[in-house]
Amino acid sequence: MSKKPGSRLMKWVVLIVTVLSLALTVWALFAGTGNYFVLNPKGPIAEGQRDLIVISTILTAIVIVPTTIIAFIIVWRYRDKPGRKAKYDPDFSHNNLLETIWWGIPIVVIFILAVVTVRYTYALEPSVALKSEKEPVTIQVVSLDWKWVFFNPEENIATVNSVTIPEDTPIRFELTSDAPMNSFWVPQLAGQIYTMSGMAMTLYMQADHPGTYFGSGANFSGEHFADMRFDVNAVSDADYRAWVDKVKSESKPMTMETYQSLAIPGTADKQSFSSFPDNLFQQLVTKYLPGGLADNSNRATHTTPQTEINEKESEQGQSDMGTDTKSNNEHDGLGTDTQEGSNN
Amino acid sequence: MLENIKEFASEFFVTGDPLIYGADVSIALVTIAIVAGLTYFKKWKWLWRNWLTTVDHKKIGIMYILAAIIMMFRGGVDALMMRTQLAIPNFEFLHPEHYNQVFTTHGVVMILFMAMPFMFGLFNVVVPLQIGARDVAFPFLNSLSFWLFFLGAMLFNLSFVIGGSPDAGWLSYPPLSELQFNPGPGQNFYIWGIQISGIGSLATGINFLVTIIKMRAPGMTMMKMPMFTWSVFATCVIIIFAFPILTVTLALLFLDRFGGGHFFTLDGGGNPMMYINLIWMWGHPEVYIVILPAFGIFSEIVSVFSRKKLFGYTSMVFAMMIIAFVSFFTWAHHFFTMGSGADVNAFFAISTMLIAIPTGVKIFNWLFTMYRGRIRFDLPMLWTVAFIPAFIVGGMTGVLLAVAPADFQYHNSYFLIAHFHQVLIGGVVFGYFAGMYYWWPKMFGFKLNETLGRWSFWFWNIGFYVCFMPQYLLGLMGMTRRVSTFDWDTGWGPLNVVSTVGAYLMGIAFVFQAIQIAYSFKYREKDTTGDIWDAHTLEWTIPSPAPEYNFAITPVVDSRDPLWVEKQRRAAGKLPKKDAKPKYEPIHMPSNSGIPIVFSTFFFIAGFGFTFHWVWMAVLGLAGVLACMVVRSMNDDEGFYIPAEEVEKTEASLRGTL
Repeated sequence: MSKKPGSRLMKWVVLIVTVLSLALTVWALFAGTGNYFVLNPKGPIAEGQRDLIVISTILTAIVIVPTTIIAFIIVWRYRDKPGRKAKYDPDFSHNNLLETIWWGIPIVVIFILAVVTVRYTYALEPSVALKSEKEPVTIQVVSLDWKWVFFNPEENIATVNSVTIPEDTPIRFELTSDAPMNSFWVPQLAGQIYTMSGMAMTLYMQADHPGTYFGSGANFSGEHFADMRFDVNAVSDADYRAWVDKVKSESKPMTMETYQSLAIPGTADKQSFSSFPDNLFQQLVTKYLPGGLADNSNRATHTTPQTEINEKESEQGQSDMGTDTKSNNEHDGLGTDTQEGSNN
Repeated sequence: MLENIKEFASEFFVTGDPLIYGADVSIALVTIAIVAGLTYFKKWKWLWRNWLTTVDHKKIGIMYILAAIIMMFRGGVDALMMRTQLAIPNFEFLHPEHYNQVFTTHGVVMILFMAMPFMFGLFNVVVPLQIGARDVAFPFLNSLSFWLFFLGAMLFNLSFVIGGSPDAGWLSYPPLSELQFNPGPGQNFYIWGIQISGIGSLATGINFLVTIIKMRAPGMTMMKMPMFTWSVFATCVIIIFAFPILTVTLALLFLDRFGGGHFFTLDGGGNPMMYINLIWMWGHPEVYIVILPAFGIFSEIVSVFSRKKLFGYTSMVFAMMIIAFVSFFTWAHHFFTMGSGADVNAFFAISTMLIAIPTGVKIFNWLFTMYRGRIRFDLPMLWTVAFIPAFIVGGMTGVLLAVAPADFQYHNSYFLIAHFHQVLIGGVVFGYFAGMYYWWPKMFGFKLNETLGRWSFWFWNIGFYVCFMPQYLLGLMGMTRRVSTFDWDTGWGPLNVVSTVGAYLMGIAFVFQAIQIAYSFKYREKDTTGDIWDAHTLEWTIPSPAPEYNFAITPVVDSRDPLWVEKQRRAAGKLPKKDAKPKYEPIHMPSNSGIPIVFSTFFFIAGFGFTFHWVWMAVLGLAGVLACMVVRSMNDDEGFYIPAEEVEKTEASLRGTL
């Protein structure tokens, strides 16, 4: 311990730890799938966001890179060493020109970045319809504890933890929640938007290519939040029709009771339904208004979804749906309970 | 009867997890050891007289820092548990429910019970000494602030073994934190732990603002204040405006949970978005509350260890006050994705980016303080130099996050996690470490061991980058925060392994620091100069550790670096080698008081009662609080005087020469 600070042993240990960490990082960069969803967009909104990420990174790098280099040079050049020749000027503590420069440079860069940001903020506003020759398809999304339910009102079908959309068509997602708030995120197609009870949000997106896209809940909503993954399957128009027909003919309908059992906290498999109760989405959005589903005075006429929660029911809910999340949640585009159209 | 007790105990105590039983046993053993030790060495009276009832800002500061280091240990263990759970896909080390408690506690403990007390500790130790004052403006209030913080923190930590920890995230967004989704006592612990310590924080803000405005040494105009004092000033202004918002927000949440209110519930016209706005109106300024003092610390250290005056003092002051002001207009950038629309998002994007301008200016000023200097790399300076690249990258990603439309992709992802850990560790923690190493000799009269400090420094720094750099990439790969596990098919596994390795390297670094402190105590070499770093400001003109009255003679200041100027004048022969024998006067001191700790204990009892809905206990606690206020109001203890002869004797023995 009495050795000088910065002993040889320390230098070696620091070097070895650094090299090993770097090697591990390099391994990790190649060992993973390497799929940087955000940087690998498949739709116009995500592309715009990717472009903005690149532009803003370059703009900030204009300041950051030289500053870092200057920092290293100054620290190296003026470190105290016997016989150091570098100039020593202890009273050099004010210079109008220099200070004007470094107030000025960030101001200019931030001004440019602000202009770019504001333009993109309006251009990529999620509730603004996408320009397209095709009519947008509306999909209604409800986040539950801990699953996603998708209603397709045009086709009157519903799915859980998976949604199929036609490619090259703007999709108008209308989103709400019947549980603690969550956030709906499909990184390759568009940035996220919160799903909140008692209100409907709008998020436009479009898939330019067929494929299965990763989606997840992004805002923490309780115990099994980590299981709130879903697939977005973008398919050709013909496949889309075929898929709709298949769901219509092969799946069971979703009744109010089915929805209520889905709303019980617990995880769920991918499922599809040949129909769903009329206006269910609107009823969920207006649930807390007078006369809504949650209105006590209304209980006689409506069957109210379960809102009381306890651990027992949660477990029951899971077993009701025959869930074994870990083995069934393979994201291969195949449904588990009911065979969905495969779109790989 | 026995059945009833059994049933009560199984709900009251946290059960079912071997980790918790292990913790229970160790907590019990440590408590027994402390009590037995104090009894055996007959130290109870010493503890009560010298520490628990003290109103001396230096001792209160040391207690704050000690508490902060213990809390850093707790928050750090939480962090390692999380990183262990995330090291391997589908790992079953922590059950999701337990994981949620761990990340919630980690966040609350690190921000509110580690960063805040560490900061208040440094305020307490340094500010009065730096401005040439004998104590803070309100010494009694200062002690009360500490005990409110401490017992609030203890109440929060109690949830670990009693009742169950909160699990709705460090800011507890409703509706998840409402009774409907979170019926257990954990969330009540959260509310009352933070409420009680929050009152202490607000009082500290007021106390130090008044101290700085009213108690500066003669000649020290505002624009001659040391930069750390300026940063404390800016911070206190933010605290005074921000903390009441926190208190109100949590009070409303409490009314929802306890009194059947509907402020943030789903039904009854409640609106959770209101909570999210309110909590961030406090939460964002809070970030600047903890970072500004770190900026102040760096400013002090960079000039002392470059042997130069601080570059661009005026710019620095303006930059800091601009940050303090603008910090109140950026809160909505925490929820660009909540659908406020383009107008609102554009405004908050720009206001957030504006912060980058003064921050950038500060970086340049620090760099040019080093320019044409002679840089010594003692521990405080090492941490300062390490801060610069960490903060440059963290600041850059902060600007990227401010770009509202792009934030739709970063939000809630590991990109965000990486960013705020980079600024909070690279900025705040590095800053407070630098401050701790720098002012440690002033607190205790000896330096911390340099070699062990360097071991710790390198492990911290390597671990820091190894842990958080991969998280930027994980964010771009779609990994969201707060997931308790993930599947193999995500491809997030390998980078998570790297991140976990980094976390453990930081854990090793912390162990080195613990050893460093113990070792340095054992083999300490007393500093007899009082100015161990060849520093510039007033706190180094008095002996280390400072005598209880700080300054025997109130100093008179005529420059920004009074000690440095004095040393230069002395060297140039413009001052006599030895000062004329000073004429000492009796010094007025405040008396110790047991009221703050008793007052805070009653508050703790009230909080505990509210947590378990035991109204009798809450009423009892609040009655005790009221009684303490009455007793204090009736108290006409005016303090005491240290006679001039005693001051003279103390000074002579401390300075040797005088």
